[in-house]
Amino acid sequence: MFWKKYFKPYKWQGILGFFFKLVEAFFELMVPVVVAKIIDQGIAKGNTTYIIHMGIVMFVLALAGYGSAIICQYYASLTSQGMGTLMRRDMFEAINNYDYEDLDTLGTPTLITRITNDVNQLQLAIAMTIRLLSRSPFIIIGSLVMAFILNWQVGLVFLVISPLIAFAIYFVMSHTQPIYHRINKLMDKISLITRENLSGVRVIRAFNKQDNEKKRFFETTKAQKDEQVHAGYLSSLMNPATTIIVNTGIILILYVSAIKVNLGTLTQGEVIALINYMNAIMLSMYAFANVILIYVKATAASQRVQEVLNLKPSMVEGSQDMPDSYNHFITFDDVSFSYKEGHALEHLSFTINEGETVGIIGGTGSGKSTLVNLIPRFYDATEGRILIKDQSIKDYQYDTLRHMIGIVPQSATLFSGTIKENLLWGNSSASDEDLNLAINISQSKEFIDKLPDDLKTKIEAGGKNVSGGQRQRLTIARALVRKPEILILDDSASALDFATDAKLRRDIKKMHTTSIIVSQRVSAIMNSDKILVLDHGKLAAMGTHDELLKTCTLYQEIVKSQMEGENNEK
Amino acid sequence: MKNKNTLARLMRFISPYKSYLIFALIFSAVNIVFTLMTPVLIGRAIDTMIGKGKVHFSYLSIRIVQIIITVILAAITNYLVGRFSSKMTFEITKDLRDQLFAKYHALPLKYIDSHPHGDLMSRMIADIDLISDGLLQGFTNLFAGVATIIGTIGFMLAINVKIALIVIVLTPISLIVSSQIATRVYKYFQEQLAIRGELSGYVEEMIGNQKVVKAFSHEEVNKADFDEINQRLFVSGVKSQFLGALVNPSTRFVNAIVYGAVTIFGAFTVLNGGITVGALSSFLTYASQYTKPFNDISNVFTELETALACADRVFKIIDEEEIVEPRNAKTIEHPQGDIKIDSVQFSYVPEKPLIDDFNLDVKAGQTIAIVGPTGCGKTTLINLLMRFYDPLKGTITIDGVNIQHMNRHYMRSLYGMVLQDTWLFKGTIKDNIAYGSSNPTDDQIIQAAKNAHAHKFIMQLKDGYNALLQEEGSNLSQGQRQLLCIARIMLADPPMLILDEATSSIDTRTERQIQSAFDEMMKGRTTFIVAHRLSTIEKADKIIVMNDGHILEQGTHKELLAKQGFYHKLYYSQFDTSTNS
Repeated sequence: MFWKKYFKPYKWQGILGFFFKLVEAFFELMVPVVVAKIIDQGIAKGNTTYIIHMGIVMFVLALAGYGSAIICQYYASLTSQGMGTLMRRDMFEAINNYDYEDLDTLGTPTLITRITNDVNQLQLAIAMTIRLLSRSPFIIIGSLVMAFILNWQVGLVFLVISPLIAFAIYFVMSHTQPIYHRINKLMDKISLITRENLSGVRVIRAFNKQDNEKKRFFETTKAQKDEQVHAGYLSSLMNPATTIIVNTGIILILYVSAIKVNLGTLTQGEVIALINYMNAIMLSMYAFANVILIYVKATAASQRVQEVLNLKPSMVEGSQDMPDSYNHFITFDDVSFSYKEGHALEHLSFTINEGETVGIIGGTGSGKSTLVNLIPRFYDATEGRILIKDQSIKDYQYDTLRHMIGIVPQSATLFSGTIKENLLWGNSSASDEDLNLAINISQSKEFIDKLPDDLKTKIEAGGKNVSGGQRQRLTIARALVRKPEILILDDSASALDFATDAKLRRDIKKMHTTSIIVSQRVSAIMNSDKILVLDHGKLAAMGTHDELLKTCTLYQEIVKSQMEGENNEK
Repeated sequence: MKNKNTLARLMRFISPYKSYLIFALIFSAVNIVFTLMTPVLIGRAIDTMIGKGKVHFSYLSIRIVQIIITVILAAITNYLVGRFSSKMTFEITKDLRDQLFAKYHALPLKYIDSHPHGDLMSRMIADIDLISDGLLQGFTNLFAGVATIIGTIGFMLAINVKIALIVIVLTPISLIVSSQIATRVYKYFQEQLAIRGELSGYVEEMIGNQKVVKAFSHEEVNKADFDEINQRLFVSGVKSQFLGALVNPSTRFVNAIVYGAVTIFGAFTVLNGGITVGALSSFLTYASQYTKPFNDISNVFTELETALACADRVFKIIDEEEIVEPRNAKTIEHPQGDIKIDSVQFSYVPEKPLIDDFNLDVKAGQTIAIVGPTGCGKTTLINLLMRFYDPLKGTITIDGVNIQHMNRHYMRSLYGMVLQDTWLFKGTIKDNIAYGSSNPTDDQIIQAAKNAHAHKFIMQLKDGYNALLQEEGSNLSQGQRQLLCIARIMLADPPMLILDEATSSIDTRTERQIQSAFDEMMKGRTTFIVAHRLSTIEKADKIIVMNDGHILEQGTHKELLAKQGFYHKLYYSQFDTSTNS
């Protein structure tokens, strides 16, 4: 059970919190009895010392209740926050162990809400369990018991009225909950329309669709308002209904009590106590209903949290180090790969030699990115084997494997921190010389020098304060800092102008590292030692630029489409 | 002062629903009177049963009938208060949202571009929610709270002045206690909020980019960083939750003391014949309920403050200057597409002049290529042509008519554009293509998709043209999104075109296939095209070369090459890379 694991370290704190809340509730239940005694013993008999004594008892009860409450709150806070902290830690760790496929299935935005909002939701539920789940039922049951002790016939009134109050509350809540659910759905839609309208403002204005959009928005807000008003009307019933039920109860108590008092089996003070118990039951029922609402939310949250914790990556890490000697550098042996949606790569076989520059070209959706993502084992090939230095990548430890590889992903992502800190991601022990080299090769020097704090310039989250081209160059530098044995550029120079792109490739070539360049521009890969042409997940052809121009019609077509201008010039 | 203004403006939103407010307040007052009467009647009922053989049944019956009447009246009025106030609240919420949304469309693009969308979103969603929660429901609660306090004091004074004074004097202590705790806890709450924000920021960045984290084997470092923040959140969380949770028991404790005091003092008063036992029981009920309205009111005040702050943020946007349309808007009888840009000067911020004295003469049907390195500011030109922004000086005319003398709606309808960022919305493929045309037939939609070479991939989707797109079309590849946007333009068929790197994400083969359709579409239409490909650039009638937001050169391909300027450099750097093998 998922709860047990997190409750265990806080077992005693939780139990103590629960216990002290019960103690407080017990003291609270005693008060109406003491008041009844004051009236029946003190007032009726004119016994002033008794009144004063009982008064002192009341103050002691109040003080003891207060003390218990403080102890309870302390343990409740400790338990709920502690359990939440442990959950967050485990979730973060679990997510760090996910493979790419898991990240794709769950999606990162939901992971973020789960680790923050959902855990908060659970913390609240834990605290409420300790604070209210003990108190409310105890007061309700305690009041019932007290009523029966005072007079069993009046106790029967309690037995009839209590479920009626519970039912009234349940009725209204169970009817409003689905409406609130719909209201939230509509709220999401309102957000969605607003977001679409803000991000697409140019298109909407260019197409003159403002009125359509307004109509769409107004319809949604109207639908939401109608639901809200409906829910509002329904929940307005709750208070009047419970008021009527409780007062019916009080009237019945008065009536039955009158007969009993007349017979001398019940006293005036006890009647007052009974009425107090009735009111206490109603208040506790309300509190209990709120706990249930929190529980409903928490169940959903707990499911989402468990999903995160229970998802175990399907990939298993290998245990081998890097082999000392080898014949082939990278080998793809009949590799196929499919995403959940369908085939992405089919039966690829090729080798890459050390120091080679390999270009990969092909249309959108031809599987270029997928191919390079298989090399650092971000995904496992569905069929076939990938070998690096003659050893299957499945046998490598992740660290060993990934440290060999410097990858520059398609989306240029930087992290908040200085430029230097970002570059050190590549290799935390890189020297200033290493950094400078990487900066030079990635053509970043020119713009970094212009920055006021050069390497110490702060990058905002997501790298929003540098331009797209600069971001790409920095991500390239980050990969280079690692002095990787294999450098992978996944269409990562797309924001660079042709001149910079050319210089970048020239300088990378000088490093004599094995590089794999994915691009849609022929100019970016035509000088490679080997070019792989991909077509819908299949290897259409492989060879040098000149060879492919002669043999591969697909490659010819691609080249022709891009070189047209050049041909016209001649 | 500012608050007063905001409040006054909110009142204006309430005024259409004034009658609801008035009824809610009236019924609330009536409700309080009946609710407060109940304990008195119950007390009197208890007084009819003094002891064995001394129960006055006929009096008791009268009391019970009285209780039944007051309870029913209290229940009915309570229901009506809820009904009227929720009706009013949600109507006003809707009005606020609708007005803000309309405002977003009336704002100049400059405003939307220069403000974070997250902020504009939160004003629409969270702020307006807080206004509706706080201010509007707060209104009725505030009124009910004050009325309950006054009513209770009145009832208590009527029964017995001395005991009433005990309650009146002692109860505020609980308020003092709770506000004392609250101010102390505030500091810790702020601290906890700050750490929580730090944690979400960290999670958002690292989980959001988990793939990069893995690529660089940075997991262990991240775990350590996370644990450090998580631990701080724990310490701060326990502190603030514990202190925050003290408010409730503390006020309950003060309440219990008051209750005890009333019991003892009341008992003595009963002994001296000052009041009856039943009256004492009414007092006890009042004493136990008396703090509640005070707590309610203090909550209402914090809620009101938040609501006013939120309302202020919403009104700030509503007060922004709107786009003004010309009074006697002109139209063009048969739009040809002659465009003349005459000594235009423009900049986004006054300190950074961008475009100075820009002149351009485009004859109908010509193609203008805009060329320059990434980030050179090509969108600026489009912003001016489409009148998303106005030039500081100078004029732009279409067929001799100043675009500032035309309605934006009309003027923009003359252009068709495919933008750098694709824009799709949640809906079917069909709806997305049809966007911008009025009621096209299915055949027209399919034809347009075919022309844009989108038909094939659409048919591969499970539901074809009825396939649902996720928000922003996230379930399609970038290239497919582009194809849909092109299909949209093909269908809309406008007299002038603006194409902004429309094909940047489409592979060259697919692009080639579209190119012919594009050429067809450009025939006879004035086209501005942000171009990367030499073929497009060379074919253009005029080339505008931009860099860093400035317009550097303009002319034909030959003229510009002869000039040996920036274009020359740019062209050869490109040419160079493709021939150095």
